[in-house]
Amino acid sequence: MESAALLVALPCYLFGFGHTLFALGAGRFEPGRFNFAAIALGAAAQGWYLFLLGTVRHACPLATLPEVLSFLGWSIALMYLVIGPSYRLSLMGAFTAPLVLLLQIAALLLPARPDVARRVSNPWIEAHAALSLVAFGAFGLACVAGLMFLVQEGQLKSRQPAPIFHHLPPISVLEEAVRGLLRTGFLILTLSFAAGWFARLPVSGMKSWFSLSLWALYGAELLAARARRLSGRRLATVSAATFLLVLLLLPVIQNLSHPRTP
Amino acid sequence: MNILCAGLNHRIAHLDVRERFAVRDSEMADLLGRLRAIEGVSGAVMLSTCNRVELYASSLCPMRALEGFREILSERGGVEAPLYHHSTPQAVRHLFRVASGLDSMVIGETEILGQVKKAYSLASDAGTATRPLHRLFQHAFRVAKSVRTETQITSGPTSVGSAAVELAGKIFGSLAGRSVMILGAGEISERTARSLQSRGVRSVIVSNRTYERAAALAAEIGGMALHFDHWEKSFPDVDILISSTHAPSAILTPDRLAPLLRLRGGRPLFVIDLAVPRDADPAINDLDGVFLYDIDSLEQIAAQSLSVRRREVDRCEHLIEEHVGGFLGWMRGIHGAVAPRLT
Repeated sequence: MESAALLVALPCYLFGFGHTLFALGAGRFEPGRFNFAAIALGAAAQGWYLFLLGTVRHACPLATLPEVLSFLGWSIALMYLVIGPSYRLSLMGAFTAPLVLLLQIAALLLPARPDVARRVSNPWIEAHAALSLVAFGAFGLACVAGLMFLVQEGQLKSRQPAPIFHHLPPISVLEEAVRGLLRTGFLILTLSFAAGWFARLPVSGMKSWFSLSLWALYGAELLAARARRLSGRRLATVSAATFLLVLLLLPVIQNLSHPRTP
Repeated sequence: MNILCAGLNHRIAHLDVRERFAVRDSEMADLLGRLRAIEGVSGAVMLSTCNRVELYASSLCPMRALEGFREILSERGGVEAPLYHHSTPQAVRHLFRVASGLDSMVIGETEILGQVKKAYSLASDAGTATRPLHRLFQHAFRVAKSVRTETQITSGPTSVGSAAVELAGKIFGSLAGRSVMILGAGEISERTARSLQSRGVRSVIVSNRTYERAAALAAEIGGMALHFDHWEKSFPDVDILISSTHAPSAILTPDRLAPLLRLRGGRPLFVIDLAVPRDADPAINDLDGVFLYDIDSLEQIAAQSLSVRRREVDRCEHLIEEHVGGFLGWMRGIHGAVAPRLT
């Protein structure tokens, strides 16, 4: 049943991405409609997959790296569905769909580790874990908006814009989207830490320090942006780089926090 | 029943000829009444824009309709009207091409569709649009929409002014509340500033070596004049800088701009350098948040858009041909065989 839900989600994301690429190539791109619908359907199917997995686990499905990646992808898609239309960010779906697709494919390809199944009944811990990943969903979308900013800024600087230039949003709108998403992610991550505090989770171990460091890093980025010490380009660069760093380090941290049982 | 199209446009008649035959909205009802009174004409729609004066008529006898139209126009203009004419199916194809902007001076311009809609509306109000003409014009609006959405015929800016406006939009989003500074009161600067004003730019500051000239331009476009020595003081509030001084060397250099940029709180700056020799050192484009476009790059963008539009013409013609077939099918359905060509 879970695999069936994934079998629906993956082609949806693939279709959203492929359709936009095809439409752009043919010069018939119309912002929003198809890739939004495809990502919405994909997110619904992926949400169903995670729900079924959670029912089996009797906990939020975040025990293994594949589950974390899948949840993270779903959070990014969810953020896009909430944030994308409000900022009228045409083409964001085209940038979001491949990232979500990549995370989900990685989740499928990585071997599942039944030895680390979580058995948690504390709702604060569940809230802590789920909110953390929703926060990283917002940071993931900030990374997408940041990459779009860098592409569009490059087009403007080149003085010979390619056809994609006409379809990408203005850099001011993208910069505002990056700021808004970083603020949203930071707020949710703070709430997640509050939930962890209520759950009396100990602040020890690599994962805790890594999470706190990221919280501080995102906080510093926000403060610097607020004080206008970071230009739009730098803010876009650091938001994209920080999230890519998270993706790179995630397997290491997950492995360290759930060492393989002998 | 036949559809007749007759008229003159920018291709066959110079402006001083076209303006003789132009029809004002206030004269339209009367003229349409006269056209419908021509023997064999059952309905008429008259399109009059700065680039064309055209009649679309439903008629059983197109030759008589054409002669009647020629007489009326020649009488109005005081000279013989140099007319082209088409009958079904060319007349149908011609209207579809006109409404889609393929017959315009700037290929793909969209203003013509509004003008065609207005012409149709005036004829409907005057009661001179018959069923085939209603159907023809409704179909033409659908064709124009389809051509616009399914091809890139309207893509990109086609003039220096519209290129500047599009680029400003891609930097700032909405231009409402933005501030422009003009350095050097030239004609292209003025036109570009006006284009930006039409998109909501809040304030325009004009600075020129001759203060009187700056004041005159500022008064004309509703801006504020500033002595040339003081332009740097207003710089932190400016979003778009249009420069066209006659300075012998660059006045906007990285060394000069870098300290001024620090006062802007990281806001982007769009520099439009219209001067020859250039006012801006190309190196300022490397400064964070500065986007420099000179006259060549703006013209290149406009030319690029036109070239994209030209490449799309074949696709548009193909789409139009499909719609012409659809319309002729409908005509055959109600009137039997479509009448032969006029010529």
